[in-house]
Amino acid sequence: MIRDITLGQYYPIDSVIHRLDPRVKLVSTLIFVISLFMFKNFSGYIAATLFLFGIIKLSKVPFRYMVKGLKAVLILLMITVVFNLFLTPGKPIFEFWIVTITDEGLKTAGFMAIRLTYLIIGSSIMTLTTTPNNLTDGLEDLMRPLSKVRVPVHEIAMMMSIALRFIPILLEETDKIMKAQIARGADFESGNIVQKAKSLVPLLVPLFVSAFRRANDLAMAMEARCYRGGEGRTKMKPLIYQANDYRAYALNAAYLIAVIVIQRL
Amino acid sequence: MLISVKNVNYVYGSGTAYETQALKDINLEIDQGEFIGIIGHTGSGKSTLIQHLNGLMKATSGTIFFDGKDIYEKGYSMKQLRSKVGLVFQYPEHQLFETDIFRDVCFGPKNLGLPKEEVERRAKDALREVGIDEKLFDQSPFDLSGGQKRRVAIAGVLAMEPQVLILDEPTAGLDPKGRNEILEQISMLHREKKITVILVSHSMEDVAKYVDRIIVMNQGELMYNDAPREVFRHYKELEKVGLAAPQVTYIMNRLKEKCLAVNTDATTIEEAKEEILKALKQRSIHLPGNR
Repeated sequence: MIRDITLGQYYPIDSVIHRLDPRVKLVSTLIFVISLFMFKNFSGYIAATLFLFGIIKLSKVPFRYMVKGLKAVLILLMITVVFNLFLTPGKPIFEFWIVTITDEGLKTAGFMAIRLTYLIIGSSIMTLTTTPNNLTDGLEDLMRPLSKVRVPVHEIAMMMSIALRFIPILLEETDKIMKAQIARGADFESGNIVQKAKSLVPLLVPLFVSAFRRANDLAMAMEARCYRGGEGRTKMKPLIYQANDYRAYALNAAYLIAVIVIQRL
Repeated sequence: MLISVKNVNYVYGSGTAYETQALKDINLEIDQGEFIGIIGHTGSGKSTLIQHLNGLMKATSGTIFFDGKDIYEKGYSMKQLRSKVGLVFQYPEHQLFETDIFRDVCFGPKNLGLPKEEVERRAKDALREVGIDEKLFDQSPFDLSGGQKRRVAIAGVLAMEPQVLILDEPTAGLDPKGRNEILEQISMLHREKKITVILVSHSMEDVAKYVDRIIVMNQGELMYNDAPREVFRHYKELEKVGLAAPQVTYIMNRLKEKCLAVNTDATTIEEAKEEILKALKQRSIHLPGNR
């Protein structure tokens, strides 16, 4: 149940995509997302589909895993589709009672659905193939120019990596506490909304207590190792571009150009 | 036969990169009133096994019978099973949530749908059994010491008055005094209330002192399932899987190797003392001119 959340969950295998520099993956994801919103006709989507499935193939991560992330946004996706489908003005192709579906509505709804789906899958590939630590390292490096305008880049990156690191820990903790309370006869599933909300108290109280305890322990451990922020801090594994990373950048550029060209046709 | 586990397999994360077989063809029988120790290395499947016994985890294949009834049969009430098989998790104090101790202990019996007086009687009994003073009843569980918290949490399960009490490493992280108190209280519950106790531990010393039978788990399989002295005879094999027999076993074996004809079956210090004294006495009789 709670294990279905794929965002921020690394899939540990070895592939070309896994070995890429996190900066490359961040930039490519960004390019891919931007490209999705540039399309106005189907030919662009064919390019995006080819690109996306090529990357999925290379990443060796089972396709099921990427689709899992979609479940979380399924409702949002449906709402978007429904709104676009029924509320877009244009040439009606189907009319029934107060429901009108227009040619344009059908088109935008379709495009919107594909866009959102690809967006989720695209970003899932990044999180599935990159460890949270790598990801924040890459992010910190890419955002470094912002520190000139006093954006606390290092702190943001540190907070992100801690938050990401804690997701699986807290999930596991939730699972444990849930089991312990079920063993004491707790019931998390039946009853109406009020009863269900009430039944969460025995889960949430221990969970918060444990989250605070862990945060405290972590702060102590960091201080014990003399952590004092990002200034002058060096990395054990600094990010260095390899030949493959340049190839990936080249591929990205090629994709972007292809998309722009296709749009012009 | 109270609990009978038949050909149970459990695989988790099937079809993913993490696929692991946590239990491999487990067959096990547990009688009413037994005191059993389950021992195994971290990741040997002991925690997985005990969670099967009260239905928190469902076997991938195989069946479990409780009191002669198949717990996987349709319509079998898991809630009832859980009230009969009480499971105390590792670090049970992490499950405390109420504003005071008494209310926290009431949580279990209240979930069973018992009348208020019965709930309170059970909570009071359970707290007394684990040695929590009545003065502490309206304190917040978060203000207690580590050992006290643990005992309150155990009371939370005891208050359901289970027939079988399973404890997963109840002494982890406690000081020697707290450890002995908890183990003594559990042993007393077993003697006086005749409940079946299953104690999961990786301390052979703890287990050897109290249990009638030891189950050794290794990589998801039952390695040994026998009386402590029989299991400790295999102390060399136990070492190979990262476990060890009690220190007494080593001393007795060394003594036998070197000089003294002792019986190496002793599992506790008291037994060893008797055995060594006996052997020494015998030797002094056999050696002429010693007296």
